[in-house]
Amino acid sequence: MAMAADALTGGFTDAPRQSARAFRAALEAMARPGSVHPLTDLAQAPDPVSPAAATLLLVLCDPETPVFLAGAHDCAAVRDWITFHTGAPLAPAAEATFALGPWQALMPLSAYAPGTPEYPDRSATLIVDGDFAGQPVTLSGPGIETTTHAVLPDIAALQANAAGFPLGLDFYFTSGAELMALPRSTRIASAEES
Amino acid sequence: MRDELSRSGKGQAMEEYNFAYLDEQTKRMIRRALLKGMAVPGYQVPFASREMPMPYGWGTGGVQVSAAVMVPEDCFKVIDQGADDTTNAVSIRRFFERTAGVAVTERTGEATVIQTRHRIPEQPLEEGQILVYQVPIPEPLRFLEPSEVETRKMHALEEYGLMHVKLYEDIARHGEISTSYAYPVKVEGRYVMDPSPIPKFDNPKLRMAAIQLFGAGREQRIYALPPWCEVVSLDFEDYPFQASRADHDCDLCGAEGSYLDEVITDDAGGRMFVCSDTDFCAGRRDAGHLGRLGATEDVA
Ligand SMILES: [Zn+2]
Repeated sequence: MAMAADALTGGFTDAPRQSARAFRAALEAMARPGSVHPLTDLAQAPDPVSPAAATLLLVLCDPETPVFLAGAHDCAAVRDWITFHTGAPLAPAAEATFALGPWQALMPLSAYAPGTPEYPDRSATLIVDGDFAGQPVTLSGPGIETTTHAVLPDIAALQANAAGFPLGLDFYFTSGAELMALPRSTRIASAEES
Repeated sequence: MRDELSRSGKGQAMEEYNFAYLDEQTKRMIRRALLKGMAVPGYQVPFASREMPMPYGWGTGGVQVSAAVMVPEDCFKVIDQGADDTTNAVSIRRFFERTAGVAVTERTGEATVIQTRHRIPEQPLEEGQILVYQVPIPEPLRFLEPSEVETRKMHALEEYGLMHVKLYEDIARHGEISTSYAYPVKVEGRYVMDPSPIPKFDNPKLRMAAIQLFGAGREQRIYALPPWCEVVSLDFEDYPFQASRADHDCDLCGAEGSYLDEVITDDAGGRMFVCSDTDFCAGRRDAGHLGRLGATEDVA
């Protein structure tokens, strides 16, 4: 079980300050659903993890947060990198606090914990990494003054997730050095309908 | 404050602490709670509050939230009931100057993170700013139901009837809803939330462009309002919510419609009304606005 050489690299050189800046972007993103935020302080994980997804993992994951890996992201190099840099245990989807992978591989959404009526915070956050077949949508709700436009995969599945509010999953969509968030509170309409 | 710091620091210099004082694992835990709070507006997220080198009454919940969101490039402001110059406000400002190396300001418009005790600044906040509230009692149902298990169940089932009964009893007794601080609100039609002990005058400002974060240290709760979140003060059709309005203009800057403090000026019962938001009032006077006593009072 030799660790891949790059499992040990790609972390932050000044974790307190770099994590702080990255978290601030992640917070602004979650506060303003559909808005795209570039990250300036980037971590680098093995392929196929994007720098933005790697950065989110470093900022949010630790031994308290089981992580589920889906699809091509579930490979030895990525598993070793997460273990070394965050200490997060790898877990099945149902037990995961965070899940990472491409959209199709992460499906179905019913595999993840949506929280409980007393504790809706005991829910999973999905980091959807890389490109997906998307459709234009109009978003409204908390964090959005009127409406905003975005492109999302599988509108029906995401609308069903939002319909379960206050239970449900929250999403980060990561690509390259950028991220966008979609909390469960956002109302989603197909752009064609609106 | 200085004594508190050195005692709990076990003689370490502040420079030996992590950026913004808290260790990285604690910040991660608080940051995860903040994201959940943002995703479920008005819901109280439990978090494991840490000992801070200051007493609970000094806003340790707010301080921990500020520490978790702060970046080195921030400009930090602290207000205590509207004023930047109370012992509490000065101590918290210094704490982050020393532990995070951030710039500090008393100007609302210059600040990127504002920690507040019991007020919302008069000047509207903008996108990119964060308002952090110190919260003593986060549970709006606590005075009706002492059990945490029960209040959690009430929130889960949206059982807010008791709260309306309490407000209606107010009307029966006083002819109006007498609650004037910590006036309960409903967030996005779902959770009833305590906006912290701000005057109800400030309630209409809760829908704003900035991010609002609430931290209760002793009670170990974090909650949040995303920008433009719908926040409605609880009321009744026949008794609609009314934000209290002062009968006066500010005696120093002449502002109409700001929140005023009554200040006793002499032993003979002299008094004046001045903006509780000291930065707002000073800014208006700098811009040439004068109130009834603005020209004669020494306000330095
Ligand atoms: Zn004034």
